[in-house]
Amino acid sequence: MAKVLVFIDNPGQALKKSSLELLTIARSLGESVVAVNGELHDDVARTLGEYGARTLYLPSADDLDDYLVGPKASYLAAAVHASAATVVLAENSAEGKEIAARLGIKLGAGVITDVVAVDPDGTAHKSVLAGSYTTTAKATTPVSVLTVKPNSVTPEPAAPAAAPDSVTVGLPADATAAAARVTARNEKPASGRPELTEARIVVAGGRGVDGNFGPLEDLADALGAAIGASRAATDAGWIGHDAQIGQTGKTVSPQLYISAGISGAIQQKAGMQTAKVIVAVNKDAESPVFEIADFGVVGDLFQVLPQATAEIKKRQG
Amino acid sequence: MKIIVLVKHVPDAQFDRHLTGAGNTTDRSESILSELDEYALEAALQLIEARGGEAAGNKVIALSMGPAGAVNAVKKSLQIGATEGVHLSDEALAGSDAAATSLALAAAIRHLGADAPADLILTGMASTDGETSLVPAQLAERLGLPQVTFAASLELDGGQLTARRDGDTHSDTVEAPLPAVVSVTDQINDPRYPNFKGIMAAKKKTITTLSLADIGVDASQVGSAGSWTAVETAEVRPPRTAGTIITDEGDAGIQLVEFLAAQKLL
Repeated sequence: MAKVLVFIDNPGQALKKSSLELLTIARSLGESVVAVNGELHDDVARTLGEYGARTLYLPSADDLDDYLVGPKASYLAAAVHASAATVVLAENSAEGKEIAARLGIKLGAGVITDVVAVDPDGTAHKSVLAGSYTTTAKATTPVSVLTVKPNSVTPEPAAPAAAPDSVTVGLPADATAAAARVTARNEKPASGRPELTEARIVVAGGRGVDGNFGPLEDLADALGAAIGASRAATDAGWIGHDAQIGQTGKTVSPQLYISAGISGAIQQKAGMQTAKVIVAVNKDAESPVFEIADFGVVGDLFQVLPQATAEIKKRQG
Repeated sequence: MKIIVLVKHVPDAQFDRHLTGAGNTTDRSESILSELDEYALEAALQLIEARGGEAAGNKVIALSMGPAGAVNAVKKSLQIGATEGVHLSDEALAGSDAAATSLALAAAIRHLGADAPADLILTGMASTDGETSLVPAQLAERLGLPQVTFAASLELDGGQLTARRDGDTHSDTVEAPLPAVVSVTDQINDPRYPNFKGIMAAKKKTITTLSLADIGVDASQVGSAGSWTAVETAEVRPPRTAGTIITDEGDAGIQLVEFLAAQKLL
């Protein structure tokens, strides 16, 4: 049976939904093992067992977070050798993709990013050119490395659960030699909202918000959604660059994408194309966004959004 | 100082883009210099200008790998201000995945560094066609160099670089010794446009064309033969169709919520 190694970087106090998704996919491909970096809490170890992990690999060094990418790829390569895994699953974050990239070269393994589903034979499904094509791709190498987008599967625990063994993986002596070192880290204030790339619902604003994201934030909070923005809105300085969706920003594929004051130019459409349901609010009836919206409102977002927020709160009691 | 900037000729994202042929490769007929690479080029130009420019022996080499048309990305880079251009072109390169692309680019970079190695290899944060962001990291791995990706600021001091990297939950300052591979975001600078003087000056600049033989790479190491991944099927996603469009007559917010409730999204 194929061995599948899931990489979970800094699980913290509880596993993220995207990590549970990776574990769920891993079980459908073979026997799953997990390589963790960072502190491993007992609760997390237990959850890993509940999701089918048979063995947990831990690095012999605890300073991998002090460097960018390279040493984590060295650690994972060692974990792949130790476990004899033939499939590696990692998060589809910017860092996850880069770790996968370097790991691929170290192992001579094909890397496929932005994966949304994996068949039992390892065929990966993804969409390319901003959602205009769906493709299947396969690594032609003995080991394959896949980075999987969030919201790709529904997490399901394994039955029966077993307590995983843990194994420490030694790092090569030169693992940190040619690596960029993190010399200062400034934590950003937490917004309390879900992470944009993982959110089930995204409320995104564009030029039409005219500097005022307030009504979008209220709606997002009522829905438990993340806030996104078009490049016009981030370039105008109305909201942080972190919120930017689309070609030069983040890719999102939520269940629901609410677009407010976004015209839907081709690059903006690209950012929302893979959402399951699109709702658009825009004053201009000619906006291209209405060509792809499942539900569109031609109207003033400063009237429509607060009314929607109030109605949601009323229904929630 | 010698800086190599990787520039890519990519389909213009202003138009619909297509896959083509048996290998499902990207149709490059309506292509331009990748917008994201302009930030890397600007960063390189600012770094050499701060060090006395070309007069002080600094240079920026724009390197592009791709079919005949890719030379246009090199030409545009020269108009913007790159010192010289290099076009790595060989029919065998067609269909290369990130692993094969990074192998060819690493060989080209070693070739260009035969007399004096580059101090810095700069790239955009992603290509706007493949969008995998794999190549800068794979290049760093192949060259055995530190990588600093998604740099939102970049300073060099002697043999050391310092960059800022903005993540979702934290912003990091990172340091690495040179030479290094650095990818930059669109937050790092405001790229300049080519002006008339630049366009005229570019006509006198050299563009070197390199083949696989020139860089010591065998055809079997690149293209679909040398790739470690293969696209098996590609289907045009059915275009999204417009749903219900209403005009606000005072209750659109409530109708919106009713739609969400009907879709079980509340």
